[in-house]
Amino acid sequence: MTSSTSRPAGATDPYAGSRETTEGRVYTVTGGDWDSVLAGSTDPIAEERLVVNMGPQHPSTHGVLRLVLELEGEMVVEARTVVGYLHTGIEKNTEYRNWTQGTTFVTRMDYLSNIFNETGYCLAVERLLGIEVPERATTIRVAMMELQRIASHLVWLATTGLELGALSMMIYGFREREFILDIFELVSGLRMNMGYVRPGGLAQDFPPGAEEKIREFLALMPKRLHEYENLLSGNPVWHRRTKNVGYLDVTGCVALGVTGPVLRAAGLGWDLRKTEPYCGYETYDFEVPTQKTGDVWARYVVRVAEMRESLKIIEQALDRLKPGPIMVQDKKIAWPAQLALGADGLGNSLEHVRKIMGQSMEALIHHFKLVTEGFRVPAGQVYVPIESPRGEMGFHVVSDGGTRPYRVHVRDPSFVNLQAFPAMVEGAPIADVIAAGASLDPVMGGVDR
Amino acid sequence: MGIEEKIPSGILLTSVEKLVNWTRKSSLWPATFGLACCAIEMMTTGAARYDLGRFGMEVFRASPRQADLMIVAGRVSQKMAPVLRQIYDQMPEPKWVLSMGVCASSGGMFNNYAIVQGVDHVVPVDIYLPGCPPRPEMLIDAILKLHDKIMAEPLGQKRAKLQLEKQARGEIERRGTLPSSFAYDKSRRKEWEQAAAEGREEQLRIEAGTRK
Amino acid sequence: MSEMSEGASTAPDAGRGAVVPQRGMFGVSGTGDTSGFGGLVRPHEDPYSTPPPYGEYFDEVTGALAEAYPAFSDAVYRVVVHRGELTLFIERERITEVCRTLRDDPALRFELLSSVSGVDYLDANPEEPKRLHAVYHLTSMTYRRRIRLEVEVTVDDPHIPSVTSVYPTADWQERETWDMFGIIFDGHPALTRILMPDDWAGFPQRKDYPLGGVPVEYKGAEIPPPDTRRAYK
Repeated sequence: MTSSTSRPAGATDPYAGSRETTEGRVYTVTGGDWDSVLAGSTDPIAEERLVVNMGPQHPSTHGVLRLVLELEGEMVVEARTVVGYLHTGIEKNTEYRNWTQGTTFVTRMDYLSNIFNETGYCLAVERLLGIEVPERATTIRVAMMELQRIASHLVWLATTGLELGALSMMIYGFREREFILDIFELVSGLRMNMGYVRPGGLAQDFPPGAEEKIREFLALMPKRLHEYENLLSGNPVWHRRTKNVGYLDVTGCVALGVTGPVLRAAGLGWDLRKTEPYCGYETYDFEVPTQKTGDVWARYVVRVAEMRESLKIIEQALDRLKPGPIMVQDKKIAWPAQLALGADGLGNSLEHVRKIMGQSMEALIHHFKLVTEGFRVPAGQVYVPIESPRGEMGFHVVSDGGTRPYRVHVRDPSFVNLQAFPAMVEGAPIADVIAAGASLDPVMGGVDR
Repeated sequence: MGIEEKIPSGILLTSVEKLVNWTRKSSLWPATFGLACCAIEMMTTGAARYDLGRFGMEVFRASPRQADLMIVAGRVSQKMAPVLRQIYDQMPEPKWVLSMGVCASSGGMFNNYAIVQGVDHVVPVDIYLPGCPPRPEMLIDAILKLHDKIMAEPLGQKRAKLQLEKQARGEIERRGTLPSSFAYDKSRRKEWEQAAAEGREEQLRIEAGTRK
Repeated sequence: MSEMSEGASTAPDAGRGAVVPQRGMFGVSGTGDTSGFGGLVRPHEDPYSTPPPYGEYFDEVTGALAEAYPAFSDAVYRVVVHRGELTLFIERERITEVCRTLRDDPALRFELLSSVSGVDYLDANPEEPKRLHAVYHLTSMTYRRRIRLEVEVTVDDPHIPSVTSVYPTADWQERETWDMFGIIFDGHPALTRILMPDDWAGFPQRKDYPLGGVPVEYKGAEIPPPDTRRAYK
């Protein structure tokens, strides 16, 4: 081992002593005494600091996140995250659309928890309006939210498994998710970015066959969860990759504003569904899984347990589903979409068209005004937090009394959780960077909005 | 694609062209360029139900140096555009770009300061795929159309000129691949060949699909 | 969920608010309004300030804050209770101290800073010079309460002391508020752009920054970008 080029000439090298001769400098390479290397002041490894850019395009499938890591050998000395590669200006875009159209924008932020985005936004708008949504709409919202939670956790399991080497987990996770996406497609028409929850209720009711399909899924899922646990939970490789990796305790979490499964894995059972219930969550019977160790393993256990709890909630929601309206009764707010399956696909039902054209002038006026102008929301501001799969998703909605949102700010959990990344990762080997980053479950659409 | 220029024209070039194009389309390795929601649909297309492995494409190469196809899946923000161009430049020829979703094709619903209104402002696009997000089947359809496009590519400048001359003379170059379900059914195969000769094979494919 | 506000606005403050009454139906001034409803004035129910007692836990919180923070009347110059939420308007120099008191005092214990963001009230209230508001949402995990703090600044002097020393989570959120609104947080460890490219000029979320879209051509007709279309207010 010769001296490195960054070393000034004449410096003593523990591995290659040198002396000047008539031929020039001669190095005697002998290797070194290991003790002297370890104890020595000139530790060649420590002087080599490498700055690695895990740029916005990299195989870790969390999206466009850029990590700048300063490495000493394998250890991360400093980790910096650069975000903003997916900034879409959604918040500004909502200011130029109706209140109802805001749903379609907001749903594309955190693209793995679409229903949560929509529901939070609609809850905020409904609070500003001061209206109560019909019970059936609330129950269906709960069922859809929990289905979306399972889908999001499945993607997390799949991608985390993929990144830590359990490649079949990717296939299993997405296979299960397909069942949920089939349900979403049946209910709302789209697999992702549904645009299903509207201010005042829902876009349309459960079609016939939806409940049976969901119950089929509920029957099938526990066995699959068991399969995943068989694959991962007892696996010594999984243990070595996830235990004591990415540690963050409760104080750190609360100081950094981290909520959701990461906080619950650290030990604090803070779940907004229990502590500040919305959408009737206080009437459902479910547990909040918590762990104590605060590492990647604990987050894995918490998320799998959360999937089980979500299955329980969906079953209870389906059991208490009663026939009823799914849109608020106030015709000045209710989106006038009486949708029905027409000859060319979905459209306004012919009875509705007959009614507004032939019978009811008010219905026609409402339809016209609501679709062109939209309803007006009284001035004020509200902040509505909901528990998304990643943590507290808060909607700060400001209205100036008009037909358009004045300001919609979304406190996205991934954005705040990602701040904790350097705290988890500095001092750990680079392989833990992937595990810790994956365990935070950042969705860059939510981070950058 | 330079070596084809050196070969004197006419010598076995049709079969060589078909062979080269066939090898290129049969194992088109995509580069991971999943940005937003379309990336999730791209991942599901690679997953079990809509299997991209049947086309030899399930290996999403992380390194652009090993990739042929860049599927730009998702909205490209102003900050991301230079990165997109750099990844495109790092890919070796031959390379193709598929812009997946409306955000990549035209800016989509985000007509604002933050989003590049179509990645064709940044990289040359071979095939556009609308949808928000497009279903996995739509993505597979776009990939198959891209396969057809690749199969019909001329091998070099001289071949391109020859193709244009042929088209001007009225001799239709067969575009579109005979589906394997037609190849072993004599009557369908005959229909296909006739439609190809008349230049209406796209219609045949759609019509035949609705039979049964 | 449908709680009404406590107490309407009082006489001296009536008509003056964060949001002024809207005139007319359409967003484009000049030629846009053809409906004949130019004389329409919509009253607004956004109360400027709410007189005590505030109801629910709000009295407890303001009382405990007044006890723990002696300069309460200097710091808090306006209290609004609307839709079941408490908003305190804080003088900007005091925001860090107030946050520290809210976090540490045993009767308050607002441990979690949920969100820091900005709002630009230019369109809602064109005459008001202090149009940039920084909004802080605090959550008390111990008492399960929420409270909102609001700080108003002008565009010419948009400085607010940073609360990162009290709540480290404000780091990125204040960076985002700087990036989007141009509010400068003094004392922030690294106030740089986070969502926009580092060399971007302008603050996108301000109301005088255009949406920046392009006109879209479809079947021969050209549709202007959303911010230049004629629109209802």
